[in-house]
Amino acid sequence: MKIHKYDTVIVGAGGAGMRAAIESTKRSRTAVLTKLYPTRSHTGAAQGGMAAALANVEEDNWEWHTFDTVKGGDYLVDQDAAEILAKEAIDAVLDLEKMGLPFNRTPGGTIDQRRFGGHSRNHGEAPVRRSCYAADRTGHMILQTLYQNCVKEGVEFYNEFYVLDLLLSEVDGVKRTAGVVAYDLATGEIHVFQAKAVIFASGGNGKFYKVSSNAHTLTGDGQAAAWRRGLPLEDMEFFQFHPTGIWRMGILLTEGARGEGGILRNKDGERFMEKYAPVMKDLASRDVVSRSIYTEIREGRGCGPEGDHVFLDLTHLPPEQLDAKLPDITEFARTYLGIEPYTDPIPIQPTAHYAMGGIPTNVQGEVLLDNTTVVPGLYAAGEVACVSVHGANRLGTNSLLDINVFGKRAGIAAAEYAATADYVELPEDPASLVVEQVERLRSSTGTERVTEIRKALQDTMDKNVMVFRTEQTLKEAVDEIAALRKRYKNVSVQDKGKRFNTDLLEAIELGNLLELAEVTAVSALARKESRGGHYREDYPDRDDVNFMRHTMAYREVDADGNESIRLDYKPVVQTRYQPMERKY
Amino acid sequence: MTTTLDKTEGLGPAVAGAAPYITATFRIRRFNPEVAEEAAWEDFEIEIDPKERVLDALHKIKWEMDGTLTFRRSCAHGICGSDAMRINGRNRLACKTLIKDINPEKPITVEAIKGLTVLKDLVVDMEPFFQAYRDVMPFLVTTGNEPTRERLQSAEDRERFDDTTKCILCAACTSSCPVFWNDGQYFGPAAIVNAHRFIFDSRDEAGEQRLEILNDRDGVWRCRTTFNCTDACPRGIEVTKAIQEVKRALITRRF
Ligand SMILES: Cc1cc2nc3c(=O)[nH]c(=O)nc-3n(C[C@H](O)[C@H](O)[C@H](O)COP(=O)(O)OP(=O)(O)OC[C@H]3O[C@@H](n4cnc5c(N)ncnc54)[C@H](O)[C@@H]3O)c2cc1C
Ligand code: SF4
Ligand code: FES
Repeated sequence: MKIHKYDTVIVGAGGAGMRAAIESTKRSRTAVLTKLYPTRSHTGAAQGGMAAALANVEEDNWEWHTFDTVKGGDYLVDQDAAEILAKEAIDAVLDLEKMGLPFNRTPGGTIDQRRFGGHSRNHGEAPVRRSCYAADRTGHMILQTLYQNCVKEGVEFYNEFYVLDLLLSEVDGVKRTAGVVAYDLATGEIHVFQAKAVIFASGGNGKFYKVSSNAHTLTGDGQAAAWRRGLPLEDMEFFQFHPTGIWRMGILLTEGARGEGGILRNKDGERFMEKYAPVMKDLASRDVVSRSIYTEIREGRGCGPEGDHVFLDLTHLPPEQLDAKLPDITEFARTYLGIEPYTDPIPIQPTAHYAMGGIPTNVQGEVLLDNTTVVPGLYAAGEVACVSVHGANRLGTNSLLDINVFGKRAGIAAAEYAATADYVELPEDPASLVVEQVERLRSSTGTERVTEIRKALQDTMDKNVMVFRTEQTLKEAVDEIAALRKRYKNVSVQDKGKRFNTDLLEAIELGNLLELAEVTAVSALARKESRGGHYREDYPDRDDVNFMRHTMAYREVDADGNESIRLDYKPVVQTRYQPMERKY
Repeated sequence: MTTTLDKTEGLGPAVAGAAPYITATFRIRRFNPEVAEEAAWEDFEIEIDPKERVLDALHKIKWEMDGTLTFRRSCAHGICGSDAMRINGRNRLACKTLIKDINPEKPITVEAIKGLTVLKDLVVDMEPFFQAYRDVMPFLVTTGNEPTRERLQSAEDRERFDDTTKCILCAACTSSCPVFWNDGQYFGPAAIVNAHRFIFDSRDEAGEQRLEILNDRDGVWRCRTTFNCTDACPRGIEVTKAIQEVKRALITRRF
């Protein structure tokens, strides 16, 4: 076991982690621990763009952006946070441009902007061009640009280090951050990082679904580590299904495709979104479009022999426009489906995409222990966190924004904290939990296999915790996940070695997914209303009287070591906007 | 059950109907110094839909037959650059290569990319590759006061380096280059691609410095224009053309 000491440790090198690192490296001795090489992070998969009311191409302002964010999130958004997001968006985009990001340009040489779902002029009047983009590889450009600037700033990375535990020490009855424990993939060695401040920026947890736009590595390791150390998870029932994933594969086709004029059609060729969202049509918010697609499918208007998908039609757009604005996604259609998007529509279905919930933080990125108390020295930013700027449903282009705005904020706050705080003593035998977990899996002779449990988990999540939910489906999911967690105790791996043991790490990642799936299903079961991405067929209306509040889930362990989940709630911060019915 | 979502199982064939599974043999170059000093080929026979990716086949082998098989991957759709490998003797991304396109009637060979030290099975040491990248100053350099708003750039100027912004640092190009195989000191195509991305960016002011770096003994002049890199690039970047443009800029000092 090796011990390292840094002022600030950042877990994750996606957009949020590297944006934080650029700030904190200037201010404190910082290490970034990442299970992937930084440029492999899933921020690189983001396509469509990053929202900011630059008003480069038409009238726009941050207040309209704030409103759209609040409405998009079905009023579960904390409005103070949304206002910060929309206001700081402008500098966030300009910062990236100055760091070198090659945005697409207007004829006048300024940053070009395009339409995106849910973004409107003057509180819903008409779609507005707010998304700043670089072709359909905006996330790639953000990730590359941030990595380039990390190289420039000399940020210190520990690549292929998996953080498996968070260390908290109690000082005078207060839980404080002491560091993290990481597993070095190359050698199998365990490293303890003592730190004054820790920032979790470890991304989402979409891999508990099968049809998903998420990378294999998005397994919620950060959320699970915090959870196991008794920290709450907020709003986990809100998971976004993006309307246009490649049929059966889940690979994302950006909403930018509809922003450029693409149209969704059912088997009769009908532009069905006109029925569900007369104003915004194909550019209504994602939860609305995903439900509309499944309504078409259920009512027998789906395409293909099994009627299980609809089409994204780009055939009316000029090939030059597709080549210039959507080169990557048109190539995905060619590569993975053998379809030529110039002439043929693309089969799509909703795909599990984005976790609105996560580790609760305030607007400085400080992690919350309950509704109000912060954990000194602990921060979270990006998809792992829940500020909450996305509420019950995130608007497209608001996550690339979130990771930049709150990544920067967390980086500054953590480094400033580290500048004045002292190290907290490490708990006794700091690596014990990880050592025990790794040794147990490596030496287990159990008969259960990771692949089977993971498949069963994904099946139950795809079937029961999807776009449409009921008491019955959610109970089924809760029961099945509990059974899978029991089976997981008996799981073994084939690779017993130390070197690059990805077999072992996949087993650990599965453990994380199981715990987070359980929190998701339990939180969803208790929310007896429909709001944003959480749609209950047995409670189809939004219920502001009982449920205008964030879910806060806590892990409880009784004297016999039995685990359970306790749910509590946190008020929503409302400033300017009163809840209204959401129409697009 | 009330939803219709139970039809979404499996990666499945892209065209519905009977799943046209085939039996394919994957001949994989295995190496694990914890077990044996020498690398060796091992055959795996699997049933698989030929429209699936080579990455799906590797997962099937790892998940159902041999958990010790080791490779890197993340995004599974050609965007993160994790899984460059030599498939049937050519560098490709496993996640962007469909089985039907690589002659599955014969054994499909899969081995680590060449020129970088193999650490285990298909995993190589990427450090020298990233070091070459870092050595070309892969970041925007400007002088003077920053403008309040964005720097302006015409669409034409932006287009000038568009191709080389697509790079995902997968190393398929560099590890297909015979010069790199023979001499690991050569910067390699990927580093030059990333230098190009900044040299031809109208906002940047360090072109001269980068050109000097690439004028080095181990720089662009080592390139023998074999086009292996261009053929290998999964992002369709015209790598050889970018290298030629850098060479020309070195001669004319205009860029
Ligand atoms: C296909 C796709 C397209 C998208 N398009 C858009 C878009 O157009 N606009 C938009 O706003 N949003 C978009 N999103 C959402 C957005 O891209 C993501 O929410 C965002 O990039 C997440 O960034 P992050 O930094 O939080 O996490 P990530 O980029 O996922 O990075 C996570 C990091 O954490 C590290 N990590 C994870 N676990 C561990 C561990 N245990 N130990 C150490 N390190 C760890 C990883 O190595 C990685 O570096 C898209 C998402 C997807 C999937
Ligand atoms: S130029 Fe192409 S092949 Fe080379 S590293 Fe970049 S993406 Fe990979
Ligand atoms: S797994 Fe990301 S490029 Fe292949």
